[in-house]
Amino acid sequence: MSQWERFTDTFFNRAVIVQYLPDIYHGILITLELSILIVVFGILLGTCLAVLRVYKILPLSFCIIVFADVFRALPPLVLILIVFFGLPNAGIYLSSFLVLFLVLTLVLAAFSEEIIWAGLTSVDSGQWKAARSTGLSLNQTLIWIILPQAFRLAIPPLTNRAIAITKMTALGTVIGVPDILNQATTAQSFSGNASPLMIAAIIYVIIFLPLVVASRWLEEKFSWRKA
Amino acid sequence: MAIAALEVRGLSKSFGANVVLDDISLAVSKSEMVFILGPSGSGKSTFLRCCNRLEEPDSGEILLNGDSLTQRNVNLNKAREKIGMVFQAFNLYPHLSAEKNVSLALRKVRGFGTEKAIDVARSALDKVGLADKYRSYPSELSGGQQQRVAIARAMALEPQVMLFDEPTSALDPELVGDVLEVMRDMKAAGMTMLVVSHEMNFAREAADRVIFMDNGSIIEEGSPEKIFTAPTNPRTKSFLARVSGI
Amino acid sequence: MSGFIEQFLNIQIMAAAWPTLLKGLAVTLMLCLAVIPMGLFGGLIAALASNSKYKIVSWPTIAFVDFFRSIPPLVLLIFVYSGLPFAGIRLSPFLAVVIAFFLNNSAYYGEILRAGLNSIGYGQIEAARSTGLNVVQTHRYVILPQAVRNVLPDLLSNTIEVIKLTSLASVVSLAEILYSADMARSITYNASPIVLAAFIYLIILWPLVRLVSQFGKNLDV
Repeated sequence: MSQWERFTDTFFNRAVIVQYLPDIYHGILITLELSILIVVFGILLGTCLAVLRVYKILPLSFCIIVFADVFRALPPLVLILIVFFGLPNAGIYLSSFLVLFLVLTLVLAAFSEEIIWAGLTSVDSGQWKAARSTGLSLNQTLIWIILPQAFRLAIPPLTNRAIAITKMTALGTVIGVPDILNQATTAQSFSGNASPLMIAAIIYVIIFLPLVVASRWLEEKFSWRKA
Repeated sequence: MAIAALEVRGLSKSFGANVVLDDISLAVSKSEMVFILGPSGSGKSTFLRCCNRLEEPDSGEILLNGDSLTQRNVNLNKAREKIGMVFQAFNLYPHLSAEKNVSLALRKVRGFGTEKAIDVARSALDKVGLADKYRSYPSELSGGQQQRVAIARAMALEPQVMLFDEPTSALDPELVGDVLEVMRDMKAAGMTMLVVSHEMNFAREAADRVIFMDNGSIIEEGSPEKIFTAPTNPRTKSFLARVSGI
Repeated sequence: MSGFIEQFLNIQIMAAAWPTLLKGLAVTLMLCLAVIPMGLFGGLIAALASNSKYKIVSWPTIAFVDFFRSIPPLVLLIFVYSGLPFAGIRLSPFLAVVIAFFLNNSAYYGEILRAGLNSIGYGQIEAARSTGLNVVQTHRYVILPQAVRNVLPDLLSNTIEVIKLTSLASVVSLAEILYSADMARSITYNASPIVLAAFIYLIILWPLVRLVSQFGKNLDV
C-alpha cells in the first residue's frame, strides 16, 4: 500500500491542503471576480463594436476590423507582457489585476465583435426589409428585430469563446495576479508538496466543467433550431 | 421449381412497442418486378431495407438465390455486392464526380484497378444515358440525373437483385420519366427488381406482381390488372380510391 | 509620445534582439509541427470514439474531452512540468509542452471533428454500406472527406489558437519566441523585443485570421 500512500501524500496531503486553503480561497475569489468582469465588459464592448459596423462609417469600420484582427491574432500572453512591463517605463502604472482585466477584456471584445457581426450578417435581409417597410427606423429595427436574432445565433460560439478566455485568467500568474494558479504554485514552492497544484487543477475543473457541459447542451439545443 | 432470386420468410421487426413488420413472407422470382404499395407507416420501406439488412430484422430469414443473409457468420459486405439499392434521396457522394461515385465500390470492394474501375463506371453511366456527365459532380446534375448516377452506382456491381426505395418521390415531375425509362430498360434486360413506389401507372405497365401492404402485413397480392381493376380486400380498395382521387 | 516610442518601438533594441528572436521562432515552429498533427490525430480518435455506439467507449471519451476543455492549458502545463516530478516523472520543457498540448488539443479538435462527422446525413453511410463498403472504408472514403471539408473553417480557427498557445511554453522556460523576447526585455528593461515578437506573430497569423473571417457564414469563429 505504500505506493498509494506516497501518491496521496504527494498530491492529496491533507495537512498541506488545510494550511493553504485560505490562500487558495482568495485565489478563487480573484479568479471569479476577474472572469465575471471580463465576460460582462468583453461581450458588451464587442457588441457595441459590431453594432457600430452596421452604420457603415468606413473609417470607423476599418478601425474596428483592424482592432478585431490584431487582438485575435496576438497571443494574450504577449499582450499581457507588453502592457505590464512596457507601461511603467512609459510612466503609466497599472496593477497586475488591471492589466489582466484590460487585456483579456479587449481580446474577448475582439472575438465577440466578430461572432456577433457574423450573427448580424446571417440574419435574413428580408427581416430588415420587412421591419423598415412598417416604418421602423434603422435603430429600432436593429434593437428590436435584428439584434435578438443575431444573438440567438451567436450564443453557442460566444459561450465557447467566453469560457476559453476566462480560462486565460490563469495567465495572471505570470505577472503576479494572486489567482488560483498563483496561490497554488507559491504554496507548492513553500511546502515542497504538489497537493496545492492538484487542488488548484480540481477547482478549475469544478468551475469550468459545468460551463463546458452547459455549452455542449446549448450547442445541441440551438443546432436543432437551425435545422 | 427454380430457387427464388430473393426470398423472405417470417420477417418481423418492431421499434419498441410498435410492430412495423409482422411475419412477412415473400418470394421474388428471377427477372420478376414486384411492386409494393401501401400507405405511409405500412412498413414497406422498412421491409425493403431489411432485405439488405440496412435495418436488422428481429426475426425471420432472408435468402438470396438460396444463400442465407441472416445467418450469424454471413459476410454481409460480400452479400451486399449482390443486392443493389436505390434511395429516395439518391445519397450520391457530393465530394466525388459521377464516375468516381460509381467506381468507388468497384475499387475498394471488388478490388479493381483504377483504370478498369473507371471503364466499368463509364459504361454503367452510358447505360443510364449519362455518357456526357462522367466528370460532373452531383451538385451540377439535376435530380433525375443524380438518381440515374445512383442507379449506375448500384448496377456497376452487377447485382442479382435491385431494391428501389421510392426512387422518384423526390423528383420534379418532368424528371421522373427519365428514371422510369432506365428502370424499364433494366426490366427488359432481365433484372430482378423489388420496387416501393407511388408510380401506379408505371406499376400497371411494367410490374409482374403488385403487393399491397398495410400495418406491417401483406394484405393482398396479384397481377397489376387484378389489383388495380378488381381488388378483393376492402383496405386495398380504399387505399386505391384515396390515391387515385375517386 | 517619444517616451512611448522609446519604450515600445526602439529600433536599436529590436535589431539587437532579432537573432535571438529568430532562434525562438524556430522553436515555436518546431513546436507547432509537433503539436498540430498530434492534436488532429488525437482529435480524430476522440471524435470517432465519442460517436461510438458502445457506451463503454463513448462515455469515457466524452468525459476526457470535457475534462481537458475545462482545465486551463497553463494549469495543465504547469501540472505536467512541475507537478509530475513529485511523482517521479521528470520531463523536459519540450516534452511537457507536447504532452500537455496533445491532451488539450485532442479535446478541442475532437469536438470540431465530431461536429463534422455529425453533419453528414445518415443516407451517405447507407449508400456506401449498400454497395458493400465496410465501416472503415465508408469512413475513409465517404464520411471523413466530407466531414473535414464541412468544418475546415473551425479547424483553421482552432489551429490559429494552437499556434498562439505555444507562447505559454515560455512559462516553463522553453526557448520559443516569447521566452526569447522576454529574456531580451529583462536585460534591456525595454518592452520593444516583445513588441517585435508581437509583429512576428502578426505576420504569421493575421493572414490566417483574415481567412477565417472571410469564411464568413460559419459562426464558430
